[in-house]
Amino acid sequence: MAAIQPSAAGTAAGTRITIYRHSGVVRITHWISVLCMTMLLMSGLMIFNAHPALYWGNISDFDHPAFSIGAIRTPDGRSQGQMLLFGHRFDTTGVVGLTQGPDGQKLARAFPPWMTIPRYYSLADGRQWHFFFAWLFVLNGLFYLGYSLLTRHVRRDLIPSQRDLRHLPGSILEHARLRFPRGEAARRYNVLQRLAYLLVIFVLIPVIVLAGCAMSPRLDAGFPWLVNLFGGRQSARTMHFIVAWLLVAFVVVHVAMVMLSGPWNNLRSMITGRYVIETDREGT
Amino acid sequence: MKRRQLLLAGAGLLAGCDRIVQTPQVRQMLAHTEDITRTVQRLVTAPGALAPEYTAADISPTFKGNGTIDPDDEDYQDLAAGQFKDWRLDIGGLVAHPAKLSLDDLRAMPSRTQITRHDCVEGWSCIGKWKGVPLGSLLQQVGLRQGAAYIVFHCADRLEQSLSAPKYYESIGLEDAFHPQTILGYEMNDQPLPVRHGAPLRLRVERQLGYKMAKYVMRIEVVNDFSHIGSGRGGYWEDLGYSWYAGI
Repeated sequence: MAAIQPSAAGTAAGTRITIYRHSGVVRITHWISVLCMTMLLMSGLMIFNAHPALYWGNISDFDHPAFSIGAIRTPDGRSQGQMLLFGHRFDTTGVVGLTQGPDGQKLARAFPPWMTIPRYYSLADGRQWHFFFAWLFVLNGLFYLGYSLLTRHVRRDLIPSQRDLRHLPGSILEHARLRFPRGEAARRYNVLQRLAYLLVIFVLIPVIVLAGCAMSPRLDAGFPWLVNLFGGRQSARTMHFIVAWLLVAFVVVHVAMVMLSGPWNNLRSMITGRYVIETDREGT
Repeated sequence: MKRRQLLLAGAGLLAGCDRIVQTPQVRQMLAHTEDITRTVQRLVTAPGALAPEYTAADISPTFKGNGTIDPDDEDYQDLAAGQFKDWRLDIGGLVAHPAKLSLDDLRAMPSRTQITRHDCVEGWSCIGKWKGVPLGSLLQQVGLRQGAAYIVFHCADRLEQSLSAPKYYESIGLEDAFHPQTILGYEMNDQPLPVRHGAPLRLRVERQLGYKMAKYVMRIEVVNDFSHIGSGRGGYWEDLGYSWYAGI
């Protein structure tokens, strides 16, 4: 959040001030990340479809996956989508495992075409798209990180202060009641925002990138600690999958918060940088 | 009505995506990504860096047999029926001394044994113990000629059930060819290499994915470039769109 050039307009209720909320670099890297994460998720699901099962450790115990999605034939001869999780089997027909294909035929595929890139089954193409956007995502992320450290964006806007942290329980209650900071308090990221962004930027994304690297046989030769860090290559693959869905969960909550706390104002601030806050009285 | 419009718009968008995916310019851009990945991975890892090796306790109880697990080629079937006594590894191309080696010849050469992890492009991994002749020492023995750049492995198996289908082949560069863990394996888990896993001889390239590790190797050809072989992309799966560099 850069320096504020307020353009105030008084109304009966209070004052509307337009502030410059997001710098150009933050805005551009944000939208490149949106594109990359979308493409990485969808091409990643295509790659997963090639062997839709996850394991812990170094090797695949094919008969006992920790998680799997597939299509089975029931004893009475029907086909059924099935997800296996923690030893429990769930009927997922119509969602994953077995769905209606584009031609109306039943399609036995872990993640259905609308969720994958490309839509048609191609592990080769899925990998190519995944690696292209992986490079773009990492370079974009490093650029953002370098910029944010240099301009103290991290220190100033992301790391919560003692006061922020003391307000954590209060902030959780406010969010639960869908009451968001207004007025002067809306100038800054609130404490839950700060913690969520820090978690994504400094934990989830580094972990998913490292887990991805740990799946590369060449990088495992150069950096044997990489695969050991995750407790084996299959563990790294499983972590990569789990963190991908944690990032999806973050995006769902993030977009929900944007919608609930003023979709247009938020969206504009991430496009033009300008964000309107309303204060009760002038000069607060 | 609204829902229908939304669905149509969604379908249009997705169809558009698939069209973008298949344009030549986009293909080109993606191909460059492979070059970047290869170059960077080679820059950040030492040329001789060894793939992790494991202990006997780590060996997979069942090692998945993938791709062809029993070639239906008649000549191959005859060789297998004779315990591969008549099998000869043909080494030619840009070499000073072309050779035909029997299994006994290979077994008499210095060998390397390694317990390594096999990572399939599909995502699964198995650990196995392999014994074989280091490819580098074999290549030194036959001597590479000027211009030698790639080692091509011609195999006995066809993945598609048709006689006109291409036979499996693969290729690697010299850096991997002379890597100490790159071996022509004739034993797996202390037993003669089973047919399922590529008898009598398969390649192990431990820093790349499984599809590089050609099974049922019949002939080794040293070449300057591989554009005249198959569809010209360096391997059976490469000809179908997979990347030649499989270190990732």
